[in-house]
Order: sequence, then C-alpha cells, then structure tokens
Amino acid sequence: MKKASIIMILGSLLLLGLFKFPLWNIMLGAPQYPEPLGINIYINGIQGMNEFDIQNIDGLNHYIGMKTLPKPEDMWEFTVFPIVIGSMAVLGILIGILSYFKKVNYKWFLGWLVLMTILGILGMYDFNAWMIDYGTNLDPNAIMKLQNPDGTPMSYKPPLFGHKKMLNFDAFSYPAMGGYLMSAGMLFTLVAFFLGKRVKTITQ
Amino acid sequence: MKKYKFHLLALFATFMLLTSCGNNNGSKQSNGALNASAAEKVYVAPGEQDEYYAFLSGGYSGNLTVYGLPSGRMFKEIPVFSQFPTSGYGYSEETKPMLETSHGFIPWDDLHHPDISQTNGELDGRWIFVNGNNTPRIARVSLTTFETEEIIEIPNSAGNHSSSFITENTEYVVAGTRFSVPVPQRDMPISEYKSNFKGALSFINVDPEHGHMDIKFQLLMPGFNYDLSHPGRGKSHGWFFFTTYNTEEASTLLEVNASQNDKDFIAAVNWKKIEEYVNNGGGTKMPAKYAHNIYDESTHTGTTTMKNEVLTVNPIDVPGAVYFLPTPKSPHGCDVDPTGQYIIGNGKLSADLTVHSFDKMLEAIEGEKFDGEAYGIPILKFEDVLAGTVKSGGLGPLHTEFDDKGNAYTTFFISSEVVKWKLGTWEVIDRKPTYYSVGHLMIPGGNSRKPFGKYVVAMNKITKDRYLPTGPEMEHSAQIYDISGEKMELIYDFPTHGEPHYAAGCPASLLAPKSKKLYRLDENKHPYAVTSPDKARVERKGKEVHIYMSTIRSHFTPDNIEGIKVGDKVYFHITNHEQDFDVPHGFSILGQNTSELLIMPGQTKTSVWEPKQVGVWPFYCTDFCSALHQEMQGYVRVSPADSNIELSWSLGD
Repeated sequence: MKKASIIMILGSLLLLGLFKFPLWNIMLGAPQYPEPLGINIYINGIQGMNEFDIQNIDGLNHYIGMKTLPKPEDMWEFTVFPIVIGSMAVLGILIGILSYFKKVNYKWFLGWLVLMTILGILGMYDFNAWMIDYGTNLDPNAIMKLQNPDGTPMSYKPPLFGHKKMLNFDAFSYPAMGGYLMSAGMLFTLVAFFLGKRVKTITQ
Repeated sequence: MKKYKFHLLALFATFMLLTSCGNNNGSKQSNGALNASAAEKVYVAPGEQDEYYAFLSGGYSGNLTVYGLPSGRMFKEIPVFSQFPTSGYGYSEETKPMLETSHGFIPWDDLHHPDISQTNGELDGRWIFVNGNNTPRIARVSLTTFETEEIIEIPNSAGNHSSSFITENTEYVVAGTRFSVPVPQRDMPISEYKSNFKGALSFINVDPEHGHMDIKFQLLMPGFNYDLSHPGRGKSHGWFFFTTYNTEEASTLLEVNASQNDKDFIAAVNWKKIEEYVNNGGGTKMPAKYAHNIYDESTHTGTTTMKNEVLTVNPIDVPGAVYFLPTPKSPHGCDVDPTGQYIIGNGKLSADLTVHSFDKMLEAIEGEKFDGEAYGIPILKFEDVLAGTVKSGGLGPLHTEFDDKGNAYTTFFISSEVVKWKLGTWEVIDRKPTYYSVGHLMIPGGNSRKPFGKYVVAMNKITKDRYLPTGPEMEHSAQIYDISGEKMELIYDFPTHGEPHYAAGCPASLLAPKSKKLYRLDENKHPYAVTSPDKARVERKGKEVHIYMSTIRSHFTPDNIEGIKVGDKVYFHITNHEQDFDVPHGFSILGQNTSELLIMPGQTKTSVWEPKQVGVWPFYCTDFCSALHQEMQGYVRVSPADSNIELSWSLGD
C-alpha cells in the first residue's frame, strides 16, 4: 500500500508541471512561413513560440476578422484553471499521504481520478467552445469574407487535436509537455489504484 | 556477340568524331561528361543554401554585392559609397550624413577591396571593411545587419587604393595612397612633384567592441605610388607590406615615365614599432579636415563629425620602422602567405613572380646589408631578401591568393589565366584560362591564416562574348574553379555587378546564424519614431511640417492629411510597426524630388517633400507587402500658401 501511495503522490505532483510547461500547442505553417508561427497554451495564458508570434498571428487574423488572441485578463479560465489544477494536485497529494498512513483506502485514488477526468473533459469542452467562438465569431466588416462551397461562412476554428488545412495555413494542434505530464500523472494514479487494490486482495 | 562489339566500336568512333569537332570550335569546349559533373558541383537545389558567402566589391558602382558560392547567385547589394534609391540610402534624412565629406555631400565612390575582420588571423565575421578609392574613405559594414555602419574620410590621401586591409586581430585597418600629393594640400606647380609630394599610409585603429574607427597615425612616405598592401601574419604579424610603382616620381605620362626603373619597391612597415613611438608621444599633429560618419542602429540615424587634426609620422624619425625591398617591374598585388613567411610581389610588367622571405628580410636588417637608401629609408639588397622566383610562363601577374595546402594561385591579366604554384618549390602545378583578362581572385579566407581551399573565384575585366550581348556596356564576368584537387576545374561562369576589385569570402555558417531578422520596435530610439499608432500625429513648426507616421499591413496611420501648404517642407517620418521577418513597407509620394524609402520592420526612415503645386496628392507603399498592398495608400491635401486650413489628420473616419 505504501508503494501505491507514493505513486499516487508522484502522479499528483506531475500536475504541477502545468505551471511550468504548456498544456497545448498550436502551430501554423504556410508557404511564406517556412518557420511556422506557433502558440503555447498554458493554464494561465497564451504565449507565442517566438517572441512576436502572437502579434503576427493577430496581424494575419485581422484580414479574416478574428478577435485578437486573449490576454490572461480576457478569459476567466486563465484565473480558474491554475486554482483547479493546484487544488487537484494538493488533494491528490493529501490522499496519497493519508493512504500512506492508512487513514484512507485505495478507492480514494479512483475517486480522485474520476474527478480529474470529469474536470479534464469539462476543460476540453470549454477549450473547444472557445475555439469555435474564436474561429466563427468573425467581424462582419472583415477584409476577407470567405465562404464554403455550400455558401456558409468559412470557419477558422483550429482543430482540437491533429491537423487541419485553413486557406494557405496548415494548423497542427497537439498536447504539449505540460499536457503530457498531466496525462502521465493521471496514469500514475490509475496504477496506484490497481496496485492498492491488488495489495488489498493479497492481504485479504 | 561480335556484331554487338562492332556496333559499340562504331558508336565510340562517332563519339570521338563529335567531340573532336567540338574542340575545333575554339574556346567553347563542350564535353558532356565534364559539364555534367561541373553542374553537380555548382548546383544548389531550390530551397538549399550555399556553402560560402562571397562579398564582391562593386568597383564604380560604389557598393558591395553579396553572392553565394558555389551557385554564383547574388543575394544583396549593400549600399556603401553610392546613393541607392532601392532603399533610400543616401536619400533619406537618416543616411545622407553617411555620404558627407570635407568636400561636401558626395553621392558616389569607387569601392575596391573588401576585407573581413579577423581574430588571431582567422575570419571572425563581425564586420567587413571596404575602401572608397576616389575621395579617400574607409567604410565598415556590419555582418549582422549587412548595412554600412561607419565611413571615415582619409585626409592627405588620394586614390585610396592600397586599402582596406586589416591586421590579424583587426587592430588596424590600413589605407595607403595610390597618388602622392602635396601634404598638406597647397597651390604649387605640378612639375615640382619630385621630392615634394608625399605618400600617406594611414593606420586606422578599430575599437574591438563597436568597431569604431579612428586614424591612429599617418606615415608620410616618399612620393611614390602605393599600389596594394597586405598585413604580415603569424610570424610577420606587426609588419605591413606595400607595393610601390612610380619610384621614378613622374607626374606625367606615367605609362612610360613610371616604367623606367627595373625594380620598384615593396615597403615593409613595422607598425608595432611606430605604434609604440606614437604611444610615447611621437609624431606631429597636423591640421586636416575630414569627415567621420557613424550610423547608430538604435536611432537608425547617421551623424557626421568633422575632424580637424591628424597625427603624422616621418618614417626617418622612427629608425628601423621602414625598409624597401626591391621588387621587379612595377609590382601590383602584394600578398602574404598564410604562414606569414612569404611576401609575393606581383610584378605586373613581368612574366615572373618575386617572392621575398620574411626571415631573410629580418636577417638582412640585422646584418644591416643595405643597398643604399631612398629619402633616408634603407633599401635592402634584392638577393638578400629573395626567397624565390616563380617562372610562371604567364604575363602580367596581378594578385595571389592561397589555399590551405601550401599552394598559391596567381592571376595573369595579360595572358588571361589563373596559375597554381607551390610555395617553397616555386613550381607551377596547373594553369587554367579565364574569360577574359582577370584582375583579382578570391579564395574564402585566402587572405588569412586559415584559408578554405575549395573554390577560387576569378573576377575578370573583359566580358565580350561570355553572355547574351546587351549592347556596348555589359556586366563583368567571373569564373568559379574547383580547387579541391591537384588540378583546377572550371565549374561555373556568372556575371558580376559593377567592377569587382577583389572580394572576401567566408563559410556561410559564420554569418547565417547571426544575420538579423528585424529591428526591435521597443529598441527604436529614433527621435521621430512612433512606437504605437495612437501616437501618430502631424506637427507644424513654422514652414516645417513633421508627420509622425506608422505602417502595418496594410495601412498608413494617418492616411488622410490636410492643412499642408505650398512652400512647406514636409518631413515624413515613417516607422514600420511590423515585427515579422521580411515584411518591409515602402513609401513614396507624387512629385517627391528624391527616392522612395524602404523601411524594415521596427525601423524609422524620413523623406522630405516640398510640395510645389496645390492639389490632393497620393502616397503609397512601394513594397508588395500583403494581399492588400494595393490598398495601402493615402492622400495629402496641399492648399495655397496663404490658405488658413487647419492641420488635420485621420485614419478610417
């Protein structure tokens, strides 16, 4: 059980990587951008891959009437996400410590993981909703108003995951280091759960 | 089977016939197999980059051109001594001071010998120095921005030709005079040239951090013509060598009168000794007027300072500092091999090359084996300093460069060829024709302790039939030879811009990673810059109107301006707000009596417009900056001089 508790603590600690590394990354490459433009999405804000990338993406987006990329104060998510992640890390560590001293059992590990997964799905849903708004809620006076073949306005929503071709740009959207660390942390807590369960079964 | 063999033989015979026909056609040899391998050697596939940078002087274009090797593709023309309407250099208010001299604004010069800065005798890629030949000047070009950063005028000099060569730690950039002149300049009969005119050799020290130049001292030599020069390196570091001609001191019909002496001299100057003399208070300060122009990258502005004084040194006041090495037949190029041991005099009226030995020179000086003196300067005995003679079989040697395997390559102007020979044994290894009448040649690093002996570029003076004809005036031609093997192989032929006199090359890896992509707007300290579009405005000071304008894809801020009057002097101060690589904006307005401006991201440039006619005059962006480039335009309303229309400006109202 001690081993499972330590893995639970380690898994929860990995969440803290999100305070240092980006959760997600979107790259935009085009013929005239052989060095692609890129944004890193952190839990507390958005940063360019290179110093002027945000400014240059906003500059390009003004042609199609997109809003400028949000600053931390523009979105409640950038205030709430750090609190949620911080709280979940603390909670996970607490559960790990309590289980180490046999105050709680392994089922709490699963409980934490279920909660984290629900929050994660909510986070992804919110992220996707923001991208839909960002990619479709365009200025009606935009310089370029492009339509799909069926006459509907073209959407510039970047893909939630994977590759999408948007006009001359190839957009690539994938988790980044913080996201991978979080996934690894969640996997750790699942391992902790099964390890705890097996120990329990053997001791019985 | 036999039949098959016969066919092969027949094919072979036909092939031989065809190729010999080709050879009979004269100089245009076309050997298919050879051409295919040469093509592979110079082919830089689309999207690939060249292995070397080559900086070719533009000669009478006044500018410096940047090429890639081995492709021969031109990347940029860097304006140095000539106005350049493409970017507005020498036309914009910021860059006009760069062309200021003691003779006033000069829009042109004859740019000759590029030399890349060195540390410990190896190329360090910080700056490239070039000389203006006509109105003597030295310029320093940055190798991060590839722009001219500084120009210093050289007083007491004329025909600034034995320039701009640097010592092996870039302590000095050296500028020698080709024409001797009265020093100081004065009104006197030309016929009294002999023993009255002087030849100034200027040692300009280079600040190791900023590269800023300052004339440390001028050595006032006898009135010969100081043709070319090179620094000692390695063991001979501390010495500088200058070829001379017209030791006859003729002032007229030099082609005859300056070709009478069987031998002229190479002047060996121990600059370390003179530096010490000067540091200890030696030398004479002389009034002299010369301009010193510095371009500041943070203000994007050049400023001119007029200097009033120069320190001169009489060579006979510093015993042991200067010696003459007799060298046959009006030597032109003066080249020092990578070890610093051999000093090559390219006697241009001779068939042979004279090579002096630095060690033997020191011995001769030690033993005081002099063969007389000239104006108090000891002349060493020719036989005592001679290391060897290259019996080239060519005619008219001009310049020599070196590879990293102990070989030298000399151009022969009259016999139109490059000759490869071995240092030490003086034997000729190979010779290849050039097209035609080659002047300088260049091996990347071939003028340093560490040459990169893969290619040699021969720069020719005569083009004739090399390319499609373009009337009487043509660009010059250059050839690239692969010199990695024992024999040289001609692999490419390309036109060059202006008249290249010498070139400097270096591996691409030395410069490409540090080449600047843009200027930071938050570091722009131009006094008329606008760092945010809401600060764009128009201000009137009497008849002067200052327009603080910003640009970003795809508009000017402001783009409608009213209240300008005939007789106003309107300054457009334009700041490019882009912070993206390779997104310049241009500016021009109808009726402007000057060139356009091409403004790089983060940069501010100023153009002056003096409207002479009432009307509404458009201005526009001259660089196709974006899909909406054509929309990037604006209007200025010009009212009569006595109009009382208020100054106003707007965007998007």
